Amino acid sequence: MLSILRTIWDVFLHMFHRRVTVQYPEEKPYLAPRYRGRIILSRDPDGGERCVACYLCAVVCPVECIALQATEDTSGRRYPEFFRINFSRCIFCGFCEDACPTYAIQLTPDVEMGEYKRPNLVYEKEDLLISGPGKYPDYNFWKVSGVAIGGKDKGEAEREAPPADLHTLLP
Amino acid sequence: MMTSPYPVATIIGILVAALTIASGLIWLERRLLALWQDRYGPNRVGPFGLLQVLADMIKIFFKEDWIPPFADKAVFIIAPAVIVITVLMSFAVLPIAPGIVVADLNIGLLFILAMSSLGVYSVVLAGWSSDNKYSLIGAFRAAAQMLSYEVFMGLSLMGVVLLAGSFDLVQIVEAQRHIWFIIPQFLGFVLFMIAGVAETRRLPFDLPEAESEIVAGFHSEYSGMKFGMFFVGEYLGVTLISALIAVLFFGGWLGPVLPPVLWFLLKTFFFICFFILLRASLPRPRFDQLMNWGWKAMLPLSLVNLLVTGAIAIALSPGRSL
Repeated sequence: MLSILRTIWDVFLHMFHRRVTVQYPEEKPYLAPRYRGRIILSRDPDGGERCVACYLCAVVCPVECIALQATEDTSGRRYPEFFRINFSRCIFCGFCEDACPTYAIQLTPDVEMGEYKRPNLVYEKEDLLISGPGKYPDYNFWKVSGVAIGGKDKGEAEREAPPADLHTLLP
Repeated sequence: MMTSPYPVATIIGILVAALTIASGLIWLERRLLALWQDRYGPNRVGPFGLLQVLADMIKIFFKEDWIPPFADKAVFIIAPAVIVITVLMSFAVLPIAPGIVVADLNIGLLFILAMSSLGVYSVVLAGWSSDNKYSLIGAFRAAAQMLSYEVFMGLSLMGVVLLAGSFDLVQIVEAQRHIWFIIPQFLGFVLFMIAGVAETRRLPFDLPEAESEIVAGFHSEYSGMKFGMFFVGEYLGVTLISALIAVLFFGGWLGPVLPPVLWFLLKTFFFICFFILLRASLPRPRFDQLMNWGWKAMLPLSLVNLLVTGAIAIALSPGRSL
């Protein structure tokens, strides 16, 4: 009986507590830098596209919302001919970011992407590409990779040892 | 007997006021519940979210009013009207201020008790005509609950009647000029409060519509404005019980400085808020607990209250000796 009165009193005192509601459009909650929101495609520090069109993101995507087509430029460097993300399907799981070998695809702390028409949620490459390197400012895939492309031969990149001469391995 | 000089104006005034308060409670309840749960509640539509009431009303008016093909059609339609009518009838004998009462009945209190008994029919018929097992369970619960709580609801008020010497609500208010009945009849007040919560089927005694157990109980099958009628009926019931508590135990319109109507409204408003606080804080009991409290605790207590009040009244009355 006393506990009932105590409960009523305690609930009454909540009147003077701080509100937990965030008045959303006016005040926005803090979203951490690694928050899984709108997906973007980032660029190298020298301005080139990071994406090498390896299809790993499209394969790992559990809802199959990523579509792309690989092609090569004149220097033999792979890049996506088109890159399309259907955000009406995307579940923002971040698997694509995990799978990406070049840090090209990244999730950002932007969640405000409401649309009145479904087709407007299909983002093409020009919508996804941003001008900067995103969360990894100094990383340049082609400079640390072991792949030969136009302007960089195998073993010429930073942190890269020259390839082993196969003939020296013979018995 | 006091009668109003402008009967039609009084009738329309009380009707409009009661319905306005009842619909305003939609907003008030949501705001207060939010207040006690560290939230804001509806605060977007209009100033302080007040126009939320209007938005809700427009929504509910335009909702599809669907009658299930398996329902007993005539009864299904009548049931929601019954609850609103019976509660509104009770407002007729409620004295708002000196001269502002629709019908100054000399058996006003009995009339209100009778009307609240008739209100049970609404719930039972709604549950029965819906032809749905959840509705039926809700209706059975409502019937059992309201019957058992009505018994001591009436008995708890007999102390007040004894002290005032009348069933007339105006006389009861006048009898409280020196001392509010809350002091000599504190036990009666507590018992009536509990019975009132159970009679209006409000939390914590909302077993007839316990949504976590039986969908929505007796009004599971109702939609649109018919559901709205149950809603309005419930809020009217809350207003009525709050007003009754103010009239019977807190001296109705009596009070210093402020005009009588304002005193009455203030007291009523206070108890409406208390009803909502109860909803915000207390969990729902099991049905057997509800029945046990009703018959094994509340009924004996109200009988004791009546006996002691009667004994004291006889002992103190002049010209009588034991």
